[in-house]
Amino acid sequence: MQLERATVLEHIPIHGGYNLLRMRAPGVAPRVRPGQFIHVKIPHLEECVLRRPFSVFRADGDALAILYKDVGKGTRTLQYLKAGETLSILGPLGHGFPDPNPAAYPIIVAGGYGMAALYLTARTAPVKGIAFFGGRAAKDILCVSDFEALGWTVRVTTEDGSLGRKGIVTDALDEWWLNESAGRAPELFACGPGGMLKAVAHRAIERGWTAWTSMDNSMGCGVGACLTCVLKVREGEGWTWARACREGPVFDARAVLWEEIE
Amino acid sequence: MKPDLSVMIAGIRMKNPVMTASGTFGYGPEYADLVDLNQLGAIVVKGICLAPTKGNLTPRTAETASGLLNAIGLPGPGVDGFVREYLPFLRQYDVPVFVNIWGKTVEEYAEVAARFDAVSGIDGLEVNVSCPNIKEGSALFGTDIRMFERVVRAIRAATKLPVIPKLAPNVSDIAEFACCAEACGADAISLINSFPGMAVDIETRGFKLANKTGGLTGPAIKPIALRLVWLAAKAVKIPVIGMGGITTAEDALEFLMVGARAVAVGTASFTNPDTALNVVRGIEAFLAKEGLASVSDWVGALRE
Repeated sequence: MQLERATVLEHIPIHGGYNLLRMRAPGVAPRVRPGQFIHVKIPHLEECVLRRPFSVFRADGDALAILYKDVGKGTRTLQYLKAGETLSILGPLGHGFPDPNPAAYPIIVAGGYGMAALYLTARTAPVKGIAFFGGRAAKDILCVSDFEALGWTVRVTTEDGSLGRKGIVTDALDEWWLNESAGRAPELFACGPGGMLKAVAHRAIERGWTAWTSMDNSMGCGVGACLTCVLKVREGEGWTWARACREGPVFDARAVLWEEIE
Repeated sequence: MKPDLSVMIAGIRMKNPVMTASGTFGYGPEYADLVDLNQLGAIVVKGICLAPTKGNLTPRTAETASGLLNAIGLPGPGVDGFVREYLPFLRQYDVPVFVNIWGKTVEEYAEVAARFDAVSGIDGLEVNVSCPNIKEGSALFGTDIRMFERVVRAIRAATKLPVIPKLAPNVSDIAEFACCAEACGADAISLINSFPGMAVDIETRGFKLANKTGGLTGPAIKPIALRLVWLAAKAVKIPVIGMGGITTAEDALEFLMVGARAVAVGTASFTNPDTALNVVRGIEAFLAKEGLASVSDWVGALRE
């Protein structure tokens, strides 16, 4: 990990209020592993003492990109950043997704912009599998063509039925399991809201699948000192705290105490 | 000529007057990839009590205007866990290590102090009498002068290590606590701990912290902290370590100017991990600009 002053290369709206921020970060970008994140000091927001964590969507050479939407003061201010401006980033941080097991069939499950944390896994996976994208509406479904261009099959579900199948993302996963899995042992890579991760984890545990879940906990320092982002994980018969920023954000689904996650 | 930044605090020589504040720098390894620990004046590790503790439930922090509310609740590895898992790491560096200690009873404070007394490689004990987020006891030790006196005396009797009580801000007369610490044989005092505060959410109609209330830190508390440090420094002869919202070298120079002999950087390390080192460089540049030979020439430079 390192602190670096990155330069904005491109900052463009995608759709539905989502933005793509691409920056030149020659120190951080080449070291990013799939599922890791960067911690960003939002420029022009001096009254906020904390950085904001973002999954790295893409890392190509000296450049990396994040995807975000306006969810609060930090991301609202970030929107005004222009190409050529600089920002302080800390990264790459955390334990990301492991390399996919080449003997398993890889499955991606993403809620909303959770897909941003999964693109690098999709790109490096030796076997191209199936990706389930879920969101409230069509505007929450992003970058389908990017995943398809990598050779992945993408299945979309929206809660309002405005794109793809109507329903929630785990419905589509269940359907695949019943009708198409053909005995293949899947390995799941998931990122999205807590409720979605919990539903994915329950299925994985019940069916004996391996599942890796990226936890979207509220974060402080990003390096393991402040102990803000902790979640309960199993330890022997009991539990212990794990830091989403250090031990995570990606955890083996069997390790997490899902009953504590809303 | 380079100004001399070294200071003596509680009998310990520090290369410069900039320490890390307890609870904001973990136990050292967390920031070691980002910060050359050898360039710090001292490291003050997160609070340790006798046995391992888990701390509070989440959410544990809430950002506020120019500040941060926290109710972490002092999770930690306990004395043995710290000595086994973290101290060998810290000892690889040429930097004084102060251990912040706490307990639920006077006896427990004394026992923790005695246990560390028997461990080599620790330069001093900062006594947390003022964590606002522990239900049992700890906050009272910081605000009731009789309790404060009992706990400082008990620790003094239990260890030969330098003892540095960390004062609570929410008392009516900070000088009374500073003088009491000095009279009880403390080698220095540090202040200020976080201010009790709270944040609520109008959407959920609930508290933002699982603990309901927390301690406020960050730039928001700096002017309040500065006044308390000024008052305490005037009241005692032992060194005062000043802290509360220090983010820049100018902030640190203000605390030194009102009488602190060292300072600690806290929440600002979360914003920028290299804050403490930037503060060191900034102090050095300022002293050089002012033509001062050493940082001690600046301590107490306030024109009163």
